Amino acid sequence: MAKVVLNGNLKQFSDGQGDFDLDVKDVRQLFAQLGARFPELAPHLEEGTAVAIDGEIFQDALFAAIGPESEVHVIPKIGGG
Amino acid sequence: MSRTKTHVATTINGDAVEFLCEPQQTLLDVLRDGLHLTGSKEGCASGDCGACSVTLDGRLVCACLVLGVEVNGHSVETIEGMADGENLHPLQQKFLEHAALQCGVCTPGFLVAAKALLDVEPDPTETQVRYWLAGNLCRCTGYDKIVRAVLDAAADMRAS
Amino acid sequence: MSDSENKSSGGNGLKWVGTRQVRPDGVDKVTGRASFGADLHVPNMLIGKVLRSPHAHARILSIDTSKAEALTGVKAVVTREDINDLPSEMVPAGEMMVNYRDITRNVMAREKVLYEGHAVAAVAAISESIGLEALSLIDVEYEVLPHVIDVMESMKPDAPLLHEGMITQGLEPAPEKPSNVAKRVEFAIGDVDAGFAAADVIVEREFNTKPVHQAYIEPHACLANVAKDGKAELWCTTQGHFIVRGHCAKLLGMDISKLRVTASEIGGGFGGKTVVYLEPVALALSRKSGQPVKMTMTREEVFRATGPTSGAHMRIKIGATKDGRITAADGLFHYQAGAFPGSPVQLGCMCAFAPYDLENARTVGFDVVVNRPKVAAYRAPGAPIAEYGAECVIDELAKKLGMDPLELRLKNAAKEGTQTVYGPKLGVVGLVETLEAAKAHPHYKAPLGKHQGRGVASGYWFNIGGESCATLNMSEDGSAHLVVGTPDIGGSRASLCLMAAEELGIDLDKVHPLIGDTASLGYTFLTGGSRATFATGMAVVEAAWDVIDKMRERVAKIWDIPVDAVIWEDGHARPASSNAGAFEPMSVADIAAMANKTGGPLVGNAAINAQGAGPSFGTHIVDVGVDIETGHVEILRYTAIQDAGKAVSPGYVEGQLQGGAVQGIGWALNEEYVYGEDGKLQNAGFLDYRIPVCSDVPMIDTVIVEVPNPTHRYGVRGVGETPIVPPMAAITNAIEQAIGIRFNELPMSPPKVLAAIDASKGPLADAAE
Repeated sequence: MAKVVLNGNLKQFSDGQGDFDLDVKDVRQLFAQLGARFPELAPHLEEGTAVAIDGEIFQDALFAAIGPESEVHVIPKIGGG
Repeated sequence: MSRTKTHVATTINGDAVEFLCEPQQTLLDVLRDGLHLTGSKEGCASGDCGACSVTLDGRLVCACLVLGVEVNGHSVETIEGMADGENLHPLQQKFLEHAALQCGVCTPGFLVAAKALLDVEPDPTETQVRYWLAGNLCRCTGYDKIVRAVLDAAADMRAS
Repeated sequence: MSDSENKSSGGNGLKWVGTRQVRPDGVDKVTGRASFGADLHVPNMLIGKVLRSPHAHARILSIDTSKAEALTGVKAVVTREDINDLPSEMVPAGEMMVNYRDITRNVMAREKVLYEGHAVAAVAAISESIGLEALSLIDVEYEVLPHVIDVMESMKPDAPLLHEGMITQGLEPAPEKPSNVAKRVEFAIGDVDAGFAAADVIVEREFNTKPVHQAYIEPHACLANVAKDGKAELWCTTQGHFIVRGHCAKLLGMDISKLRVTASEIGGGFGGKTVVYLEPVALALSRKSGQPVKMTMTREEVFRATGPTSGAHMRIKIGATKDGRITAADGLFHYQAGAFPGSPVQLGCMCAFAPYDLENARTVGFDVVVNRPKVAAYRAPGAPIAEYGAECVIDELAKKLGMDPLELRLKNAAKEGTQTVYGPKLGVVGLVETLEAAKAHPHYKAPLGKHQGRGVASGYWFNIGGESCATLNMSEDGSAHLVVGTPDIGGSRASLCLMAAEELGIDLDKVHPLIGDTASLGYTFLTGGSRATFATGMAVVEAAWDVIDKMRERVAKIWDIPVDAVIWEDGHARPASSNAGAFEPMSVADIAAMANKTGGPLVGNAAINAQGAGPSFGTHIVDVGVDIETGHVEILRYTAIQDAGKAVSPGYVEGQLQGGAVQGIGWALNEEYVYGEDGKLQNAGFLDYRIPVCSDVPMIDTVIVEVPNPTHRYGVRGVGETPIVPPMAAITNAIEQAIGIRFNELPMSPPKVLAAIDASKGPLADAAE
């Protein structure tokens, strides 16, 4: 089961829960499972977030693979200037 | 406001040129919008950034501070006249070699200003270069490679 | 014109990557031939001009454009009626999510004007002077409202309210009353209270910074041309023409693909040209007038009406044990967003303590609106402000601990596996290498004189990847057209050609780059986030691999052997072994000459969303000399050290370090917006908004450290943004060493330094008399 952590303000939409163990194989499944569990969270996941999988940051990558031992952090989207 | 245009006859980069312009139009307006010589750039229109540097009768000026009508009977040199046919001026060449430009919008102004310096002082110190070019703003390079390029071009030009 | 001979080898068996070459756009730029945003002229074009609010905050009661429309020579007038009102919809725009509802209102005011300079109407006329006269004929009736321009004032309960419906996000429970606080964000790891309890020494300080503008020398400019059937072309200076296309299509209610945007050469951006200002207005004017419309901003308009970065108020607290182990770090940040929400406070919170390996850390940020232009990204948005405060506190902590500031940083340095305050652990990073390089640098041991001091600071930026496309069109003679989608703001074209030449095994002077317009290749995200060399670079490499595979297939057919028996080596297709046959190797030129008859034209493509960007850490050393009679701070010596992963074009990497450092020097010592009581900007020009000039700075020495990014073919890390992060703290720390005064406010301009010296009533003040 991948270890998933919600960072920043996202916990507001998940009843304060930030840590989850989830059986998901990619980012799309991750968003789908979390979004189904916390409908208020769903719109904030697809837009405005990035996902760090074992330290590597993915943005707009629905099919980025998540392994059974992965540590996953959902964080705000990063940009630049 | 009078928009009656004045006829002006001048020399630009050695060529005889005639144009019409409104009284309030600057030399920069005329060069860019009237004559489509867009190498001189507008960064501020108030003489603070030097991106419009040209020489007027051999004297370094900001084209935005000269009225179009003022150049009647005078001679203007712009960046477009700096290279000699296919041969780049040593300053242009050194700017390329030293990577002394990034976005390049300030570059024509710097080249015209640097050439004006070397015309009066062929062996400037770093400090002299920096103070002479203090009227040309660059936001990309931090000036380091520009100064190195000018000093290197000066050395080259003295040697030849 | 010099040919592409190597200045030095690229190292590691590389022929092109890592060498110093003349950039492909260089000759055009030194001869004035390159076309920037304002350099295009087309037949029949009109000149567009914008009417801007004279008030910092007012309700628009009515706009009467009839007299302007009647003026001879005026061909169109537009107001809010001509730009679509859009509902609330968040979209990525540069470095932060922005709301379309706000974008449309920033482009053209609707219910209210929210800053002096806010666009209210625009005209298109046959000449600039007629356009300006037309503006003076537009009657706008305003109900002037009280304004607020300071971030802390704006948070007070009785502050004038900018947006009636603004309820602070991120607070539980949500407030009942609206305010000017758009959002609260928080990040935390561990337990900061326990961490502070375990500390022997704690330093807590408050800091103030002022908004500073990116101050690109080229003002915003564009030329719009809308045809009678609604299809449109737009030429503009921008960091992201695909972003411009998307925003304009939305604001004008047209199909995205009906609008073709071409990026001109860009005269500086630094994040400030990742948004739209004139472009939708020019399109609206062109659509209405039926003629092309050219619009440029004056320098004054750039300052009054385009986004600087935030000013901020913050409080930073860091604690450590007496042997220098940091036990806790806590930061509270209030950033001003300007007239609409969306300051980079969240990114600032994420970066503030990034150079440190911490168990306990917390950052809390507030995004606050004020009656100033909406902020836009500025080089590592959010980070320079937050890290300025943190790096000053670290320095003070080092002094209290009696530790060398580099040693304190080394003892607590972030490295691979360090957990960030925003959650994930860092991958391979090069902070320690930059700190060691600083320690070993002769600058660090050079002697200092009276009233001279030395300061150091580190800095961090994440860097990003993003959507990037590249096409390699092989011509019949074996030369290649490389088409990419990221406008070149720092020299990326040079690096991309180097990578293409390296992969293909052809001479650099056979690769010719082009920044394609939005119709000519696939969607490409803007140039920003230090991504072009990294992400477009990855696309270029993949496009090269694609065309190499295709060339191998052709050669396999020509030689009538299986494709696995054809290898690509050193710019040639060769038989994999002598068993495959005794064939003469075929060069790119050989294969390209036969392309049309052996299957068709040879084209390599890549369309990716690049992931795996590697962060870049930097450490700067600066020496200052303070003139205690005038308060003037002179930069005596500057060394910028940064991890580039792999410097594809070392000359241009150095340029990024130097340019960013000098912007930071300006931010530290001089740049600020000066407002009057009336909420109007008093220094809207380069004379009084003084950026560093040539005589203000010395040579900027650079050291490029290379700790490769494992996800990139060449190990590239973005470098463009990190250089602006360390200077402000490094200079503050240097001034403290020079004269014993620690400033907690920027800029440290001469009047402020002098006032502090005079107020210090110590030996310095006596000496200054």
